Amino acid sequence: MLQGIAFYLLAAVAVVAGLLVVTARNPVHSVLWLILAFFSSAGLFVLLGAEFLAMLLVVVYVGAVAVLFLFVVMMLDVDFLKLREGFARYLPLAAIVAGVLLAEMIMVSIAVVQNGAAADAVLAAPTADVSNVQAIGRVLYTDYVYFFQAAGIVLLIAMIGAITLTLRHKPHIKRQNIADQINRPAAKAMEVKTVQSGQGVSPEELL
Amino acid sequence: MEVGLQHYLAVAAILFTIGVFGIFVNRKNVIIILMSIELILLAVNINFVAFSSYLNEVSGQIMAMFVLTVAAAEAAVGLAILVTFFRNRGDIAVDDASVMKG
Repeated sequence: MLQGIAFYLLAAVAVVAGLLVVTARNPVHSVLWLILAFFSSAGLFVLLGAEFLAMLLVVVYVGAVAVLFLFVVMMLDVDFLKLREGFARYLPLAAIVAGVLLAEMIMVSIAVVQNGAAADAVLAAPTADVSNVQAIGRVLYTDYVYFFQAAGIVLLIAMIGAITLTLRHKPHIKRQNIADQINRPAAKAMEVKTVQSGQGVSPEELL
Repeated sequence: MEVGLQHYLAVAAILFTIGVFGIFVNRKNVIIILMSIELILLAVNINFVAFSSYLNEVSGQIMAMFVLTVAAAEAAVGLAILVTFFRNRGDIAVDDASVMKG
């Protein structure tokens, strides 16, 4: 009973927040609704007994991805109202496609639950001896260890790609060049000038 | 009010549909499109975890973790491309995105 109430509440919040993500006028609000949708989905994961993934969803999505989105949305100075042009024009087609897609997916879901692979499946009761994290760890570091490493490489490449795409050197900013500093000979480091009395040395001569 | 597998699948289906709908109606705004893709991947994750719990098989949750990894990488690279595109064009309209081809 209590689980049912929690499920319907979290599911309703997730769906409404998801709708507001795509219809909000201000993209900053969209990101905030996205965060709410992720939080509600994390609650659904907890109901399903996947506590570790729920935490992961909150940490990775809310803590990193959504904040990254928020950062970019606020950093870019874009006229977002202009980008909303065509919203009403595409709405009927989008509604038709979405309706057909939803009907198809719900029918497939019902078919799978009633007489497909997941017929008479029941929610796994939490076992006392093995927690969710332990169960994941036992499989992740044995059967899926190569995929785990590959996921790390995917993240590394994404990081390198994001850095190379956004890093830029402005030409007029002075930067430390260590190779230049180390390779500077002593002869270039100091120069003795004979200065005529009462004349001094102009800055151009010094360079 | 008993909750079964089909309820979770229905929520995932609705979220997936909202993501597709969002891509259709906001086709000029790359940021909303990226967020719609995140919604779609979230729906996929809900499906994975629901089946994982109801079939008592933990590998579905492992798959959800890999989906999460790919989604994070995709968001990072997508937003980096977006920032570079904005620097070059001063705008993020998708219609001009063809200037990016080499």
